[in-house]
Amino acid sequence: MALKMVKGSIDRMFDKNLQDLVRGIRNHKEDEAKYISQCIDEIKQELKQDNIAVKANAVCKLTYLQMLGYDISWAAFNIIEVMSASKFTFKRIGYLAASQCFHEGTDVIMLTTNQIRKDLSSPSQYDTGVALTGLSCFVTPDLARDLANDIMTLMSHTKPYIRKKAVLIMYKVFLKYPESLRPAFPRLKEKLEDPDPGVQSAAVNVICELARRNPKNYLSLAPLFFKLMTSSTNNWVLIKIIKLFGALTPLEPRLGKKLIEPLTNLIHSTSAMSLLYECVNTVIAVLISLSSGMPNHSASIQLCVQKLRILIEDSDQNLKYLGLLAMSKILRTHPKSVQAHKDLVLQCLDDKDESIRLRALDLLYGMVSKKNLMEIVKKLMTHVDKAEGTTYRDELLTKIIDICSQSNYQHITNFEWYISILVELTRLEGTRHGHLIAAQMLDVAIRVKAIRRFAVAQMSALLDSAHLVASSPQRSGICEVLYAAAWICGEFSEHLQEPQQTLEAMLRPKVTTLPGHIQAVYVQNVVKLYAAILQQKEQAADASAAQEVTQLLVERLPQFVQSADLEVQERASCILQLVKHVQKLQAKDVPVAEEVSSLFAGELNPVAPKAQKKVPIPEGLDLDAWINEPLSDSESEDEKPKAMFQDEEQRHTKPRAPEADEQELARRREARRQEQANNPFYIKSSPSPQKRYQDAPGVEHIPVVQIDLSVPLKVPGMPLSDQYVKLEEERRHRQRLEKDKRKKKKRERERRGTRRHSSLHTESDEDIAPAQRVDIITEEMPENALPSDEDDKDPNDPYRALDIDLDKPLADSEKLPVQKHRNAETSKSPEKEDVPLVEKKSKKPRKKEKKHKEKEREKKKKEVEKGEDLDFWLSTTPPPATPAPEELEVNTTVTVLKEEQEEPRGEEQDADEDREQDLEKKPSKHKKKKHKKDKEERPKDKRKSKKKVPPTDEEAAEPVENGTLDEEPLPPMSSYTLLAENSYIKMTYDVQGSLQKDSQVTVSVVLENQSDSFLKSMELNVLDSLNARLARPEGSSVHDGVPVPFQLPPGISNEAQFVFTIQSIVMAQKLKGTLSFIAKNDEGSTHEKLDFKLHFTCTSYLVTTPCYSDAFAKLLESGDLSMSSIKVDGISMSFHNLLAKICFHHHFSVVERVDSCASMYSRSIQGHHVCLLVKKGEKSVSVDGKCSDPTLLSNLLEEMKETLATC
Amino acid sequence: MIKAILIFNNHGKPRLSKFYQPYSEDTQQQIIRETFHLVSKRDENVCNFLEGGLLIGGSDNKLIYRHYATLYFVFCVDSSESELGILDLIQRWFFHSLEHVGNSVVTVFPLWLSQIFEEEGVLSMHKVFVETLDKCFENVCELDLIFHVDKVHNILAEMVMGGMVLETNMNEIVTQIDAQNKLEKSEAGLAGAPARAVSAVKNMNLPEIPRNINIGDISIKVPNLPSFK
Repeated sequence: MALKMVKGSIDRMFDKNLQDLVRGIRNHKEDEAKYISQCIDEIKQELKQDNIAVKANAVCKLTYLQMLGYDISWAAFNIIEVMSASKFTFKRIGYLAASQCFHEGTDVIMLTTNQIRKDLSSPSQYDTGVALTGLSCFVTPDLARDLANDIMTLMSHTKPYIRKKAVLIMYKVFLKYPESLRPAFPRLKEKLEDPDPGVQSAAVNVICELARRNPKNYLSLAPLFFKLMTSSTNNWVLIKIIKLFGALTPLEPRLGKKLIEPLTNLIHSTSAMSLLYECVNTVIAVLISLSSGMPNHSASIQLCVQKLRILIEDSDQNLKYLGLLAMSKILRTHPKSVQAHKDLVLQCLDDKDESIRLRALDLLYGMVSKKNLMEIVKKLMTHVDKAEGTTYRDELLTKIIDICSQSNYQHITNFEWYISILVELTRLEGTRHGHLIAAQMLDVAIRVKAIRRFAVAQMSALLDSAHLVASSPQRSGICEVLYAAAWICGEFSEHLQEPQQTLEAMLRPKVTTLPGHIQAVYVQNVVKLYAAILQQKEQAADASAAQEVTQLLVERLPQFVQSADLEVQERASCILQLVKHVQKLQAKDVPVAEEVSSLFAGELNPVAPKAQKKVPIPEGLDLDAWINEPLSDSESEDEKPKAMFQDEEQRHTKPRAPEADEQELARRREARRQEQANNPFYIKSSPSPQKRYQDAPGVEHIPVVQIDLSVPLKVPGMPLSDQYVKLEEERRHRQRLEKDKRKKKKRERERRGTRRHSSLHTESDEDIAPAQRVDIITEEMPENALPSDEDDKDPNDPYRALDIDLDKPLADSEKLPVQKHRNAETSKSPEKEDVPLVEKKSKKPRKKEKKHKEKEREKKKKEVEKGEDLDFWLSTTPPPATPAPEELEVNTTVTVLKEEQEEPRGEEQDADEDREQDLEKKPSKHKKKKHKKDKEERPKDKRKSKKKVPPTDEEAAEPVENGTLDEEPLPPMSSYTLLAENSYIKMTYDVQGSLQKDSQVTVSVVLENQSDSFLKSMELNVLDSLNARLARPEGSSVHDGVPVPFQLPPGISNEAQFVFTIQSIVMAQKLKGTLSFIAKNDEGSTHEKLDFKLHFTCTSYLVTTPCYSDAFAKLLESGDLSMSSIKVDGISMSFHNLLAKICFHHHFSVVERVDSCASMYSRSIQGHHVCLLVKKGEKSVSVDGKCSDPTLLSNLLEEMKETLATC
Repeated sequence: MIKAILIFNNHGKPRLSKFYQPYSEDTQQQIIRETFHLVSKRDENVCNFLEGGLLIGGSDNKLIYRHYATLYFVFCVDSSESELGILDLIQRWFFHSLEHVGNSVVTVFPLWLSQIFEEEGVLSMHKVFVETLDKCFENVCELDLIFHVDKVHNILAEMVMGGMVLETNMNEIVTQIDAQNKLEKSEAGLAGAPARAVSAVKNMNLPEIPRNINIGDISIKVPNLPSFK
């Protein structure tokens, strides 16, 4: 064997290793591809060999080739082979290769589950580490589900090296398998206080990442993080925490107040720029969230701005960049403090570094005012001319448009200037943003009525100038501008000076090189122009001129009819026929102008982009109802392949990341908005007049077209925006003089003219009146539009699934799946147990209002509690009176115990980590558990001993005083019953079934050491019956016992779980058993035994399952159920408590309750339905049961009778 | 989250790529090309942050990079990472990658460099570091990286896991890496000896390569690296 190994490695030394491969590739620069394909062939040969070292070497080389872009997925199976090698050397190679090339689509990935599980539990920490690292890269939903529990165990590993990796990978697990978040969270939280800084940092990392996506769920952790922030010295952790606080403060302004001081201290004290920067950032976030009510608020802003200024002025470009970035955040809420540093920003605009220029551009957005807009835009225009790279130039272009159009053109005083700027921007070659300019042109021309004449003149010039058409369409998006130009000229043709000339320009043969959608607009607007011209000519009684125009159209339109674009073709053919008809009429001297113009009568109004979405659905319209009955199966089958095909195609066309998709969506939305704004068919039939002139209602607004005569109406030729700057200055000067003369009058008019800017501009701005009395039409919204601003959340956002309320107590159904059937395992993994899945109570449909209310109340209360907890921490002084121990909420199906009593829990093992949970009430599932830590927190005098003794039945029946609630409180209940007891040990047990395993039940046994001895080597054994047997570890005989996976020091209790396999569940049965153990004390050790009888009641086979009342009714109607009933007299307990008791002890859930009558439902692990009708009389209770198995039912009812007898 | 970590040289040849989101090989190459395109046209004295490219981008993402000698180290991160923190991390990683890729010459380097740091004070550390590297280690560090990309991966794995920073304490990382290498050596044992010998022989002509490629720089290299042969 050894010889073989040596031989193998001798063979191997003549194989190429990674270094040889790299060297080879470098030596074959000319025929690299050929060389590599040769190497791949060699690798394929190597992979076929048995020697794992050879395989590992081959896989190592493949990893390198993968980096060079070669697909190595064909070797996935070999990679798994190498992963499962026993040697760490090879394992590491395998996992590295897997992490580089495995993904969710890799089909062999499911083969790795067991290998990874094995590696995770490997005694060597590096095997575990390398498996965790690999898994973090290729974890799939399946792997996450199957391995979540194993990883969770590793979070409490003894070695910090493993712990930190396990903690970190949990984030990936959460992403892939969101159900694991709640069960794992308590432990994760615990790791925030891990003694090892690396583990702590990992936990902070994970929680920050989680909280960043759904901050509100993590607000309750704020005190803990605050403590960490003030105690940690690790900058990396501090940065993460401070970033997290930045995300939390918007949700809780009081948190911000508490943060300001320590953050300010950090800002002053730290020497680490990274930390300083993040502190400033979070202070900014705090200030934004506070926005008012802080006394020394301006001081903090000043501090931030001042520190940022230092960063920006630093010679280090990185700090400069970050300083600008943070500054832009302040800008949003405190523009004035930033505006003071305008000089600095403008200076950065000239920086040689493009990133810095871009950041400075962002800042400019907030720095413009009416006063300086023209100046700043002028500066930007010079940058546009100088910029070489198209990206930066495009960025400039969008910024110019953003700056000018912000808040409804707030800063623009002269729209002619703006139009000229837009026209100047059209000279940019090769920009991607032609459509943006077009959109602006359309928007301004439509909404600013006063500017239409000017705009039309400019647009006709654009149409006339050759440069736009000439540029090749694929290279430039700039020809989009022609779309706007054509539309504006057509729609507002009444303002055209020389319509005929424009018409000819639009009919030039070159136009046909434009993109189809633009041509289509051309065709449509040619007719509008034509109509205008006809009108003009007919009024002038110039019949021959009119006929000439018609002739021109008839000659030129065919070029569009031949277009390859359907839309163009269709419109052109229609219009050609129309014109030909007109021609005929003209020949007969019939006046046609009137009729042709009536085609385009009416005015188009801008429609708000969201208008369509906000149209309320009329009452009585069911959008989901079938309009026609669905087609029969055969027909739909025919269609199926087509649908699949489409699906496929969609997937092909959208391989982009979700972020990109959002952009795309936004783009489309914008496009649609334009489309809607332009589309003449989109207009509503009767625009609501009161919405058209929102700003100036009534008659006052009528003089809309009043143009200040100080500005020439038309600038000859192509306008230069610079001229406007000059003119504007003059105008302002003149205005100022004028203003002095007629103060009072002017002020009045001013107010009217600038009303729309009322709140936003600074004082100095107010002095500047707009050149045009501009009436900006607001966009229309449908009548009674829904006011809500529904956000467009991406339904595919992977982080949405993690929006989980972590403060809610765990439900049984949320347990992590555990992949094992045996009960006993290593002692360090108490959570490894087979847990029956019990449906979450809260999911249960609440049909009854009352219950619903109860639940609401409970919820509210819980929120209040949670809030109080945080409140307490947030308030600087303690609240006047600390709330008395919370009164516990009561729910018919949910039992909550008084605080002094054991807290009933769902079976979340991890809860024992969750020390803070005692502040929360936990609805009990049908069992409870004792937890060491709970115990410690509880007043000791309430118990005889501080041991975890489950309450016996007498205790359970103990009256509880708790009077303030509407509903009578429930007595504490426990389903744990005494199994056996002697001087050494006390055993209590509970049996639960699970719907997932139809022939298994889990027996949880709480073992409590009552002696002074140390109990060890505990072993439990039962005499199997035919019907029920204990699941033993593989390979052991029926006579072997099952070891209890822990030892018990004196006074300690712990819980062990044992799985039993049951054949028939219709009958109750008893199993005899023995617990053997060694008791060790100072005198020595003795073997001891305790016999017991395990009682499997029929109840223990029932699993609480919620049932809807309609399903319940159907079930009863079905008639498959046999019936039986009992009656118990002498019952004094309230009906409410009675139901709770049945629910708790017999695993039922209430379906419906009316007065003193209730229907209940449960299901056995083998699927028997059990329905009950419980009626309460004066002093008696009758229970009618229906069940699919009569024996089961009668047994159940007998058991129930016993329970009720004690009531 | 860190979305991807890339190392490529001045010509855009990938030297290490680690993607923490699944991409096809073609897309990966495109991303590398695009990133190289964005990064390489930037001047030396501009900031180390860059708005993300289109492929791996999204408005939330940033490229944070450092240029050492002939290599670009690029991290693509989203807004949850501290920009300056990542820069610092890249620097430490590079430093320790060099130390650990195994070339005996390079292991001398940190000691020698740390002396300079002490003299110059911590503040100018970065500048000194880059300048010295540029002077002395052109090609050497790239070659080390090329031939030991797996080792660099291993160091990286101790530093960043699944896109999240795992450990920033370099001593801890070094301890773990050393322990792993020791484990590897013990596993190879007797059987590994011949293979090691062969690879040692093969590596002997390794220093030839940088000379062949970059003859012009020999005058700088040789005096600084007397133990090279």
